[in-house]
Amino acid sequence: MAKTYEPIATTTGTGSAGDITFSSIPTTYTDLVLVANIFTTANANEVMRLNGDTGNNYSTTSFYGDGTSALSSRASNNNVMIFQNEVFSASSVSALTVFNIMNYANTTIYKTVINRSNQANRAAETHVSLWRNTAAITSITISGATFTTDAKFTLYGIKAA
Amino acid sequence: MSPILGAAGGMSARAYGFTSVIPVGNYESIATTTVGSGGSATIAFSSIPNTYSHLQLRGIARSTAGGSSSVEVLCSINSAVNADRNHYIYGNGSTVSSGAQIKNLIGYALGVSQTANTFGATILDILDYSNTNKNKTFRSLAGDDQNGGGDIIFNSLLFATTAAISTLTLSLSAGNFSQYSSFALYGIR
Repeated sequence: MAKTYEPIATTTGTGSAGDITFSSIPTTYTDLVLVANIFTTANANEVMRLNGDTGNNYSTTSFYGDGTSALSSRASNNNVMIFQNEVFSASSVSALTVFNIMNYANTTIYKTVINRSNQANRAAETHVSLWRNTAAITSITISGATFTTDAKFTLYGIKAA
Repeated sequence: MSPILGAAGGMSARAYGFTSVIPVGNYESIATTTVGSGGSATIAFSSIPNTYSHLQLRGIARSTAGGSSSVEVLCSINSAVNADRNHYIYGNGSTVSSGAQIKNLIGYALGVSQTANTFGATILDILDYSNTNKNKTFRSLAGDDQNGGGDIIFNSLLFATTAAISTLTLSLSAGNFSQYSSFALYGIR
């Protein structure tokens, strides 16, 4: 059977202000998985946009636990997709996030992204987000902070038989 | 066109070796089912080979019923064997809860009257599925968002059987899988 979990691209932060962008993503896979090991220069919320869409076309349902309490929250009609609540900058502790971008090239459906995130010294959280657009996803932009050179982002494609 | 990675704001992109915690090269597609226009009461994967270490099931689901409420995606194994225990953490956008129950719950499908074109997502990991010395354990991360409503759940399931898993059968707590619902089964070496 065909091997089907393939790396598409990897990038890192530079320590300067700016977004992380994967563009010209091929539409030949079934799902995308983005693995992010995030280090930032300051505390910040991390967000994602798809295909450069800056409209209020995103919504997110989340739960979160910090070792003391747990909560669930929602953001509707938002202009970003929230995936990490306030990464705390720390030189030795990263925020780990794995995104699953389901059926990203299917032009019949709105796109759902489900991710789990954690910061070992702070919290664990999970988010499911909707992008109300049927377009195939060809670019992913991550922003919200200045990413240090230790921040690493790798995009994979999974192709179903 | 080759994928371009990079960073806006004047940053230059840097390509690195493709290292990952994910077993790239050892992840194989076994089978996929996408529901047609008539809908389907179940989605089944049978004759699953026992040549992998683990399985992963990934999919999206929507129901022909359920009205304005999401419905549950359920999974039994082999000959209609049900889970003996399900522990979960669940959030609905305002409250979070944790509990235990006897249920085959692995995820959610959107109800027929919920936001059009929108599907619940499920990622299910089945560990050591062919080991006949161990009871079987599932773990799923699943959810749906409808821009104003949604569910997110982290699940574990125990099937108190040492039998190798050769069949997975998915169903819904209400209605049938609607068109474009799709699940893909993968094996991990």
